[in-house]
Amino acid sequence: MLYNIFIDPFMQMVQMPDLLVQTLWEGLVSGVLYALIALGFVLIFKASGVFNFAQGIMVVFSALTLVGSYEKFAALGFSGPVAAFVALILAAAVMFVFAVLVERVVLRPLVNQPDIILFMATFGITYLLIGFGEMVFGGDPKQMIANELFLPSGSIDVEMLGGRVSFQKLDIAAAVIASVMIAGLAVFFQKTRIGRALRAVADSHKAALSVGISLNQIWVIVWFAAGLVALVTGIMWGARSDVSFALEVVALKALPVLVLGGFTSVPGAIVGGLIIGVGEKLGEFYWGPLLGGGIESWLAYVIALVFLLYRPQGLFGDKIIERI
Amino acid sequence: MFYRETGQFKQNYAADSAVFPILQDRYGLAIILAIAFVGIPLFGNEFLLASVMIPFLILSLGAIGLNILVGYTGLLSLGSAAFMGVGAYATYKLSTIFPQVNILVWILCSGFFAAGIGALFGLPSLRIKGFYLAVATLAAQFFLQWCFVRISWLYNDNPSGAIEVPARTLFGIAITGPSATPVTRYLVVLVIVAVMTLIASNIVHGRIGRTWMAVRDMDIAAQLMGIRLLPAKLLAFAVSSFYCGVAGALMVFLWLGAAEPSAFDIRLSFVLLFMVIIGGLGSLIGSFMGAALIHIMPIAIRALPESLGLPIAAATVEHLTFLIVGGLIIFFLIVEPHGLARLWQIAKQKLRVWPFPY
Repeated sequence: MLYNIFIDPFMQMVQMPDLLVQTLWEGLVSGVLYALIALGFVLIFKASGVFNFAQGIMVVFSALTLVGSYEKFAALGFSGPVAAFVALILAAAVMFVFAVLVERVVLRPLVNQPDIILFMATFGITYLLIGFGEMVFGGDPKQMIANELFLPSGSIDVEMLGGRVSFQKLDIAAAVIASVMIAGLAVFFQKTRIGRALRAVADSHKAALSVGISLNQIWVIVWFAAGLVALVTGIMWGARSDVSFALEVVALKALPVLVLGGFTSVPGAIVGGLIIGVGEKLGEFYWGPLLGGGIESWLAYVIALVFLLYRPQGLFGDKIIERI
Repeated sequence: MFYRETGQFKQNYAADSAVFPILQDRYGLAIILAIAFVGIPLFGNEFLLASVMIPFLILSLGAIGLNILVGYTGLLSLGSAAFMGVGAYATYKLSTIFPQVNILVWILCSGFFAAGIGALFGLPSLRIKGFYLAVATLAAQFFLQWCFVRISWLYNDNPSGAIEVPARTLFGIAITGPSATPVTRYLVVLVIVAVMTLIASNIVHGRIGRTWMAVRDMDIAAQLMGIRLLPAKLLAFAVSSFYCGVAGALMVFLWLGAAEPSAFDIRLSFVLLFMVIIGGLGSLIGSFMGAALIHIMPIAIRALPESLGLPIAAATVEHLTFLIVGGLIIFFLIVEPHGLARLWQIAKQKLRVWPFPY
């Protein structure tokens, strides 16, 4: 038994390095996607202190808007890449309207309420988005318009380490796009005027208000940014499977990522995503058979729990200081 | 006018610190209990009993359990559905191993299994706080749900993977299984829920409840005052899981009749949390109000177009229900972030001084 747990998996890794590389790669790719969802959470949590449960449904909703409006265009005889990009812009616009509405209708009346109330309000938003999305676009799964958006398909097979490792082109594209996006956000945060204001709000609402930063405006921007992140995540995730409300579950996977990295840290979200993605795939592949498989469903949470016991604020989170 | 406490003198400490110090409240409670015990079984039809009242009571019990944890002790948990599952599976195992013992004994005993598991998963709560703890309890949720699927011993190697309720009787009357009538099931559930609510009320109004509230308001300050945090938090987890476990056992045995592991998935945890927050954190009556709102409202919305004769497709009604429930959650939070229980209190206060504003 001990041999099976502590020695055998590592023997397998050494004996078949190509499988190890394949598993690591798959873990990294899903880690990048988890990190993207977690990034949306972190953006909103830092700026408005809201634990945004609706991030997962925002991913689905934005992807659904994109595909749904493209289908509507196609029904009118307007299809191809141009229509796809028009739909993309339309989806971004919808996310902007959504951000404005959330700020006006939900955040403004609930300002300065306890965290759990705001958390609950995002549940309300989740339900609204599910109802609205299903009513407008229908509840059945849709095919992501990957070709029209020039996302590559197929795979590259590489002969290495005495075996064959295949990389999906789509996954490579996802990793590249995610990195570009994270880099873009980092530049936006560090170099622009709005980015500075965002960081100020994240540090202290009161201090930011007193130097003349409009909280409301910042919230709209942040929710819009999170909406755009959601849109990109939705495209990537939708291209790997279908666009449907089942994707909502993925958002729950982003929670351990978030916990691992700390709610307030953008680098934490990325590192946490990679750790969870890789850990989950390795665990499922090498240790899963011992327990009868399917351990992917809870392994991420247990990994996060173990890290939390060691660091209660996550790996990169702000240190929790308690005063009486 | 009619809700006035003039002339009601309290002559001893017990009367002064009663849970319902006002006479009208006691009458109100008696009337509600009379309606619940006599009126509804006599005049309710099968739909009302089986699809509205039984689930409502069971979900209320689960919400009370979660409220003990979230509302009274301030520990955010998203694993309550899994603890309900523990109760259900424990009852199933016990009742198939010892079929001669009355099922009600096992339903109540299963709470202890849930309490043990709950206390185990409550251990991290000493170090982890707030939303971090919520995510940690998700580990319990997903791990236990995985156990319900993978450990075939739990469902007696049933090929369908589901647990099916055996027929059992109490004083010769069938209370579980297909031959039990909705009225008997309703009465059994009602008795259990009423008694357990009374016990919960006594716990939270007593020394233990005060301890929990002190921990909720600020755990470090509570520690400085001499409250030992680990026992207090673990006790909250255990009691909360006990209630959830019994609710889970009732859910399978007296409501659904059979259950798959997916009955205890994360959605149920969220629904319970809705009920607690919408109803009011730290309020037992709020748990009932929240359960009523979240469970009965969608049923009413679904039934509404049909009763008005509007031709709306079933799918559209389903979507509309989502929309309206979401909208109402936000609406109630904006109107009163402290939940329906606070609204109820405000209404009573207004009524007390009516017709004067204060």
